[in-house]
Amino acid sequence: MLNERIKPIVMPKWGLSMSEGKVTGWLKRPGSTISIGDELLEVETDKITNVVEAGETGVLRRVLGEPGTVYPVKALIAVLAEPDVPDDDIDAFINSYAVPASEDDGEAEAGPQYHTAETPAGTIRYAKRGESGPTVLLVHGFGGDLDNWLFTIDALAEKATVYALDLPGHGQSNKQIADPSLSGLSKAVLGFLDTVGVERAHFVGHSMGGAVSMRTALDAPGRVASLSLIASAGLGEQIDHGYIQGFVGATSRRDLKPVLETLFADRGLVSRQMIDDLLKYKRLDGVDEALRALSASLFAEGRQASVLASGIADARTPTLVVWGEEDRVIPADHAQALANTAQVAVIPGAGHMVQMEAAGKVNALLKDHIAKAD
Amino acid sequence: MSRKISMKQAINEALDLEMRRDPTVIVMGEDIVGGTGAQGEDDAWGGVLGVTKGLYAKHGDRLMDTPLSESAYIGAAVGAAACGLRPVAELMFLDFMGVCFDQIFNQAAKFRYMFGGKAETPVVIRGMVGAGFRAAAQHSQMLTPLFTHIPGLKVVCPSNAYDAKGLLIQSIRDNDPVIFCEHKNLYGLECEVPAESYAIPFGEANVLRDGDDVTIVSYGLTVHRAMEAAAALAKDGTEAEVIDLRTLSPIDWDTIVESVERTGRLVVVDEAHPRCNLATDIAAFVGQNAFGALKAGIQMVTAPHTPVPFAPSLEDLYVPSADSIASAVKRTLSPKGASPRIAA
Repeated sequence: MLNERIKPIVMPKWGLSMSEGKVTGWLKRPGSTISIGDELLEVETDKITNVVEAGETGVLRRVLGEPGTVYPVKALIAVLAEPDVPDDDIDAFINSYAVPASEDDGEAEAGPQYHTAETPAGTIRYAKRGESGPTVLLVHGFGGDLDNWLFTIDALAEKATVYALDLPGHGQSNKQIADPSLSGLSKAVLGFLDTVGVERAHFVGHSMGGAVSMRTALDAPGRVASLSLIASAGLGEQIDHGYIQGFVGATSRRDLKPVLETLFADRGLVSRQMIDDLLKYKRLDGVDEALRALSASLFAEGRQASVLASGIADARTPTLVVWGEEDRVIPADHAQALANTAQVAVIPGAGHMVQMEAAGKVNALLKDHIAKAD
Repeated sequence: MSRKISMKQAINEALDLEMRRDPTVIVMGEDIVGGTGAQGEDDAWGGVLGVTKGLYAKHGDRLMDTPLSESAYIGAAVGAAACGLRPVAELMFLDFMGVCFDQIFNQAAKFRYMFGGKAETPVVIRGMVGAGFRAAAQHSQMLTPLFTHIPGLKVVCPSNAYDAKGLLIQSIRDNDPVIFCEHKNLYGLECEVPAESYAIPFGEANVLRDGDDVTIVSYGLTVHRAMEAAAALAKDGTEAEVIDLRTLSPIDWDTIVESVERTGRLVVVDEAHPRCNLATDIAAFVGQNAFGALKAGIQMVTAPHTPVPFAPSLEDLYVPSADSIASAVKRTLSPKGASPRIAA
């Protein structure tokens, strides 16, 4: 009975903890012709508001998600189909659509959403998604955690086995950092890969995590299948010292909010939950010391201590460089440091957290790069 | 790692973590072990409501059951603090503080000042506050305004398990006397709490809900009533900002004033009696410092000027309700509620 030419648009699942989302508004009208990558609607979760992009083509035949209404993940919120598909078929499809109820069971079988590994650098929290294809490792930036890959991990896991970790001193990993340098963090990452039994992975690094990935590619080239550097540190000296100092120093919501707003082109993306989660992280014993040690080692006096661009250019590791054009933390022109040897993409309308702000575009670039490099 | 635990468990965990971290932390109070020296003490009560249950088995004689003499053991705790320990004394019901006012108000609160900064008194006095527990007039008061009145004391009143753990850890690490007020009707309330240690700084209010139409300020149990009221008001299109003070001394004036400057309307909710309480204090401060921002008269929602009634039906009416808070918000929005001199 199901017509293959009718394509459901459902409430997306962004990140491991999302169970429902609110439709805040539609960016396309019923009857519009939709191409892949078109922005369809905005969805708000307790973590963030973001745009849902079309993954298929067709005419937007029905819009079911009412603005201001909360829907469970995978609930039907719209229908795409070619103009010649009869209305009766579409109505029948909608009437017979059931929200897949197996989601919770599936997760229970797959085990907990987060895991921990006992590594030489202490307890490391990580997430693992996907079971097949090449192995990918996601390395977040300074002060971040694996949830910075909220919109990335599930998209990549369609065709890869994806690990995302909390670096030492970050997220819910061990807060002591034995060696607060790029080499120290790189060793911690390799120790983690040893513990989970991964010999070689495609490294995707954001900001400081990009520099950690480059350091690893230089020190242990056999373990790095490719590099994807997103708004990466280590490609030039400049960095917004005000951001680093503000992030380290902020102890209240009022102090932290303007600091976090520098991470995005659209300041409105900084949600109450994002600020609260970061404050909760920053209050944990050991975090303040860890962040101060890292910033003193890596970004002293407002300059990046390590620039690794020439080494990476010589190393010939397949490399993708992605930047948000409106990055206010590390300038987008640092992307040009690898222009001769890497694929470089600078995305307009996005800031430092480009993998969140332009998730669809960044995910497509990452999938393509990893497939080619593997 | 984060998991859901109750406020009672969060307080127990804070005590446990700080006793592990710092050998000078001791815990004392009436029945906090449940009969030291008696048979079965390892599985004893752990305080009248079991907040300290299990700590004796982990920390042994660093927990002390005291005689039923608040004046004696609170005095001992204050003295021990002045001599280098970090005692956490449980006063059971903070209503009992009357018999040890001198030890707290005249001694602990004054040492740093009167000894020219040469003495510190890192003592925490924790205990239950608030009505709704069917415990009658001598075990149900919200005496927070009394403590807040005294310079030299810090006063904390958490509204949830996450805040309780982080604020109690901060209280123990603080070098001044802290009165830690635990609303007994919040003990069972659960929320996500990290297993690790963390400290929430004093004087930093929590904004639980953003809104541009009216500011509701509260602390302790009535924060939840304010959130209920805000949810009900949102259905009619009124967006309330809800501020949880967390600490009453020091108090986060900046967050309150910045919010009122944006909303122009203020409702202060306090479970204490209506005279000389946090509501009057905050109303006066905003009246003095942000008068020009006000679009309407400030509304206060408090308990009545009576002892807490024992009759359950009356006790339920005694504590500010979501309905009474929503009504107060509506008064700030109606033309009658507006101050005529400003409405122009």
